[in-house]
Amino acid sequence: MATQHLEAKVRHHPSVAIIDLHGEINAFAEEALNAAYAEAGSRNPDAILLNFGDVDYINSTGIALIVSLLAQARKSRRRLLACGLSEHYVEVFQITRLADFMSIFSDEASALAAAPEAAS
Amino acid sequence: MTTQLRNFWQTLTGQGSREPQVARPLIVDRPRGPAAPALGIAPNDPIVMYFQSTPGVAEIDRLNLDSPALRALKKTGVKLAVPLVSQGELVGLLNLGPRLSEQDYSSDDRALLNTLATQAAPAVRVAQLVRQQQAEAIARERIEQELHVARLIQQTLLPKEAPVLAGWQVAAYYQPARAVGGDFYDFIFFPDGQLGLVIGDVSDKGVPAALVMATTRAILRGAAQRLVSPGQVLERVNEVLCPDIPPNMFVTCLYAILDLASGRLQYANAGHDLPYRRTDRGAIELRATGMPLGLMPGMHYEEKETTLAAGETVLFYSDGLVEAHNPERVMFSFPRLMGLVGKHPGGVALIDFLQHALADFTGPDWEQEDDVTLVILQRTSPPVPLSGSERGSEGERSGEGDWQTLTEFTMPSEPGNERQAMEQVAAAVQELHLPRARLERLKTAVAEATMNAMEHGNKYRAELPVFIRVLASATALSVRVTDRGGDRLIPDPETPDLEAKLAGLQTPRGWGLFLIKNMVDEMRVTSDDTHHTIELILYLEGDEHGHSTP
Repeated sequence: MATQHLEAKVRHHPSVAIIDLHGEINAFAEEALNAAYAEAGSRNPDAILLNFGDVDYINSTGIALIVSLLAQARKSRRRLLACGLSEHYVEVFQITRLADFMSIFSDEASALAAAPEAAS
Repeated sequence: MTTQLRNFWQTLTGQGSREPQVARPLIVDRPRGPAAPALGIAPNDPIVMYFQSTPGVAEIDRLNLDSPALRALKKTGVKLAVPLVSQGELVGLLNLGPRLSEQDYSSDDRALLNTLATQAAPAVRVAQLVRQQQAEAIARERIEQELHVARLIQQTLLPKEAPVLAGWQVAAYYQPARAVGGDFYDFIFFPDGQLGLVIGDVSDKGVPAALVMATTRAILRGAAQRLVSPGQVLERVNEVLCPDIPPNMFVTCLYAILDLASGRLQYANAGHDLPYRRTDRGAIELRATGMPLGLMPGMHYEEKETTLAAGETVLFYSDGLVEAHNPERVMFSFPRLMGLVGKHPGGVALIDFLQHALADFTGPDWEQEDDVTLVILQRTSPPVPLSGSERGSEGERSGEGDWQTLTEFTMPSEPGNERQAMEQVAAAVQELHLPRARLERLKTAVAEATMNAMEHGNKYRAELPVFIRVLASATALSVRVTDRGGDRLIPDPETPDLEAKLAGLQTPRGWGLFLIKNMVDEMRVTSDDTHHTIELILYLEGDEHGHSTP
């Protein structure tokens, strides 16, 4: 099975930048993820939303990458949000306590609806 | 005269007339001048008896004895010989050639020589004793050194620790005799969930035994990697050992292969003491016949097999135990050992029990004649613990014989391959119809365990594969992920400190083992010299063991 590399595209909404993730969040995702995060932060949004809707695999190295993003976001006092996670990965985010530091929404719409609140 | 004395001064170390039949020449000290050649006098030479019984200066030319030493003295030109006798024992001779003045020795000369001999003899004797003691000390030191080497060889090659295995308890006890017998034992790990057990004894002591032990161990380890049947392994070891083993030496050896999942024990025996299996009906011998290794080529070894039930123990041991004697010279014996094994509930505590039984039997002043080696193997309980009170009886009744291998495969240690491992395991467990959430957790745990094995165990060396075996019983699923990183420890999974990671005080990594532990009902880590296995257990009965219902 060929490893599916991560594709990350950024969409800018008022006060929220959305990173659409596609593929696997593993060691190979580091570059794409960091580049997307930098781009997402370029317009100085209040929050950045990670859209995991097209992510089918996150491993412990991927968790570490998300921890790094979360650390960067906290440093720049920016909220990090997540949506589109499968039930399993919601559980993983809860077990790892990532869910304590980033708001998790079922889909993009509910994330955006709650974003101003979450970002405040 | 002084010069002459000095020139002809000889001292002899003497064993004296106590060993008249031994034709060993007395050791002759190197003369302190150029004139006197070294002279050896055999202890049984008649001249020894003559000098011991006739004190005082002797005129060599006037002596008439059938003595090789006397002929040598005459040939050398010795005119006078003054025996140095201490405590009735000839310890040396003062030999003088002709006077330089060509005159005869005067009576004054003789009186002086006699006085000198009387005073010199005890001094020479003391010097000889000192030298003898020094030689003995050196010899003792050499023996100690050899024993040290033998012990070192043995201690280096015996396993440093017993393997830690899920569902099994293994323990070993080794107490070398002072002279270091040739006992050895070994554990050989196979990546397919089998364990090789070796116990043996070389028919000698000290360095030779230790070297043969080391050789046998190496040959056996090599053969065990290539051959699957214990009988064939012993045959091979015998063939290789036969041409090289010193004559009159041989090796008794029992080799068994244990299948950790099913409890099946296959074994073959090259003349070693029969192991005892402790069952609920008492102790029974595990009998298989075969000649000791190294006696003659072309031997065949009978192969037997049995399946150990939960709670059962097998004791492997060496003859140092059964052949130990008490002060009345009564032997510990096989029947006594068998009786003791039958009386004891078994398990690792059997070692302590037998040690005490042996100490009670031999008494406090026992001088251990041979190495004592005990190896215990116990099937503790099924790896699938049942809830609460059911655990004991139910577990023993069901045993582990009902574990089935769903799949086993290897995976090259290359980044990203954990996903393939995860999918292969998922496909293999499809027939179990796991609830979706349980399956997802299992997949994550398999991926993480595989990644841990590839990265930390095999250092992402593609030529070192990760071995994965999936087993299922009626009540549980077991996935065993084995790497080749036995030289490093798998740490206990700790809960990562997320705050510290977010504050940049810790690396963001370090989630793998924590995730695995939280994804499955049980995570077990077992290690040996070369391998690490992470075993993931999921219980199949309902969801009471699980984290949440999907």
